[in-house]
Amino acid sequence: MPAVEVRDVRKIYRRYGRRKSFGTLKSALLSGGVLKHLRPDSVFQALDGVSFDVRPGATLGIVGRNGSGKSSLLKLIAGIGKPSAGTIHVTGRVSALIELGAGFHPEISGRENVFINGMMLGLSKAEVARRFDDIVAFAELGEFIDEPVKTYSSGMYMRLGFAVAINVDPDVLLVDEVLAVGDEAFTHKCLEKFADFRRQGKTIVLVTHTLDLITRLCDEALWLDAGRVRAQGDPKRVVDAYLTEVAGAEDRSQAGAPLPAAVATADSAAGASGRWGSQDAVIEQVELVRHDGQPGHVFESGQPMRIRVRVRAARPLQDFVFGIGLFTADGVCCFGTNTQIEGRVPREWSGAGTFIVDIDRLDLVAGAYRLDVAVHRQDGVPYDYHRLLYSFRVSSPLKDTGIYRPRHQWMFEGGIGISGSDGDGAA
Amino acid sequence: MLANLRQVFRYRALISSLVARELKARYRGSVLGFFWTFVNPLLLLGIYTFVFTVVLSGARAGTRPEPYALFLFCGILPWTWFQSSLLESCSVLITGGNLIRKVLFPAEILPAVTVFTGLVNFLLGLLVFAAVAIYYGRPVVSADLVWLPAIVVVQLALTLGLALLLSSLTVHFRDLRDLLGNLLTLWFWGTPILYTVSEVPERFRWVFALNPFTHLAAAYQEILFFDGRFDGWRPLLVLGGAAALLLVFGYFVFDRLRDTLAEEV
Repeated sequence: MPAVEVRDVRKIYRRYGRRKSFGTLKSALLSGGVLKHLRPDSVFQALDGVSFDVRPGATLGIVGRNGSGKSSLLKLIAGIGKPSAGTIHVTGRVSALIELGAGFHPEISGRENVFINGMMLGLSKAEVARRFDDIVAFAELGEFIDEPVKTYSSGMYMRLGFAVAINVDPDVLLVDEVLAVGDEAFTHKCLEKFADFRRQGKTIVLVTHTLDLITRLCDEALWLDAGRVRAQGDPKRVVDAYLTEVAGAEDRSQAGAPLPAAVATADSAAGASGRWGSQDAVIEQVELVRHDGQPGHVFESGQPMRIRVRVRAARPLQDFVFGIGLFTADGVCCFGTNTQIEGRVPREWSGAGTFIVDIDRLDLVAGAYRLDVAVHRQDGVPYDYHRLLYSFRVSSPLKDTGIYRPRHQWMFEGGIGISGSDGDGAA
Repeated sequence: MLANLRQVFRYRALISSLVARELKARYRGSVLGFFWTFVNPLLLLGIYTFVFTVVLSGARAGTRPEPYALFLFCGILPWTWFQSSLLESCSVLITGGNLIRKVLFPAEILPAVTVFTGLVNFLLGLLVFAAVAIYYGRPVVSADLVWLPAIVVVQLALTLGLALLLSSLTVHFRDLRDLLGNLLTLWFWGTPILYTVSEVPERFRWVFALNPFTHLAAAYQEILFFDGRFDGWRPLLVLGGAAALLLVFGYFVFDRLRDTLAEEV
């Protein structure tokens, strides 16, 4: 029996009132009857026939663009609101980390808030009392626990909210992007707690824009697009498919001549992307070509990648440099070079042209990467600089960590017996 | 609906904690503490006593119950509970919207907390009443007092039913609150709190008989103020039945609107 069973769930949000978001009794009476007024004027379908199971002990990650229905789905699973059609069945106690510290009263002490919040989440008073020390310890509040909550820093507030919710000891934990709000230490602590939960065989459903978390934490991923399930299964596969689609949307948006701000990809949070320059020369198209000659966004680690860039000079130029840069999703530069660094001397350039950078082996570990492409003068003044506008993904069956995967071999001598295929790490 | 009702029962410890929190949060940081709750009724008490016994001490002055201030107290105390509960329940779901949208939480707890907070204030007010009664040299304890819990329960049911109805409907019709404010003013003057029913001309009596709070106020006055045995249990029984029906109806409406609450607040 699955821990969470979602069957053909639809959720329709109704909008009431003709001009205002809420109606008034007067307008209801004037326009002919209260009951008529209670009928919606327009509807919005947030979820459109979603079905999936989460087996006990599994961690499911849900990805999707803003407005794709992720949070609606999570709320329905939590029991906040009912689906318009379909069924949701959850086995065991649910705790939802949707907003930390929702329901704290600023005027009373942390201690009293813990009790009230715990009871709101379904614990009895005695149960809260039993867990109280754990909660305070996790929140690192010390003697502040007896101060009014309004005196807390936002970090203390969040830690306390998280501590209460997590100590409800749920069988199913629902998490909605709460990790995005905390500092590093807090995030780390939460992740540890999640790992703890997984070890105890509890079920977690996680909604996040941090795709890295999905591939790292989840056993399974679900991609929600406009209220429907687009893909479900292996987290890496789903995230790759999602990233490819997001990147595809980006490419399409770049088809027109003046480049609009790129569609925000999920991983563009770190490092601002953009485009600038004098436009004396422009980058018209950037294509990433795989080993089979097909343009794509997903590359196998260790396979070749060709960066093909179509450029055009608006007027004849004698002073020009072409450059590229590879970055991880969180903005760490993996490699950057240009024609000047590599000793190429520009002579002349007019009209259209193409430059190609061939990478024989893309020795990067699996993950999302982004690309800078630039044309500029030798003194650095840009003609056209495309900052982190292109993304690609490196996939790999291996789960090694870091950024760079050098070609390597394992060898064993002496009394070590070890089996398994011997590869160079590129698999 | 029954399952939801059971859940409310399960949450009763939360209700009592929330009531305690309401009271504590309200009085924290104030010098006079919980007496602020009585400043308004006491103010009304003073003004009405002055107006009706000094300014308007005309032909009918002799017919007023004496001491008039104590008589007023009997009616104003439960009325304050009734009025503040209803007014607050109009906004309680909207101000508590964060809870309803973000936490799995039976929303009917919020209006219930409002009504029960009012009840605690009312009970504390009875202590003040006892003090005033002693000041006037009136007997505080009488055999009639055994009826008091029954009346309080009837008023509780009535108030709770209306609070559930109003709180859920206000989410959809925000001007209900303004409407209610005016209605309550009318209701107050149409209820024998400042006067007794016997002062009302015969031909208007039926209107007063239809007003549920007439019977409540009269019962409080009979028990707490007038001498003689309390014998108004018959209208009280009818009112009790009606209040119970209203409570069920209020809960039914609230339950029907429950799923729209999280979307509309």
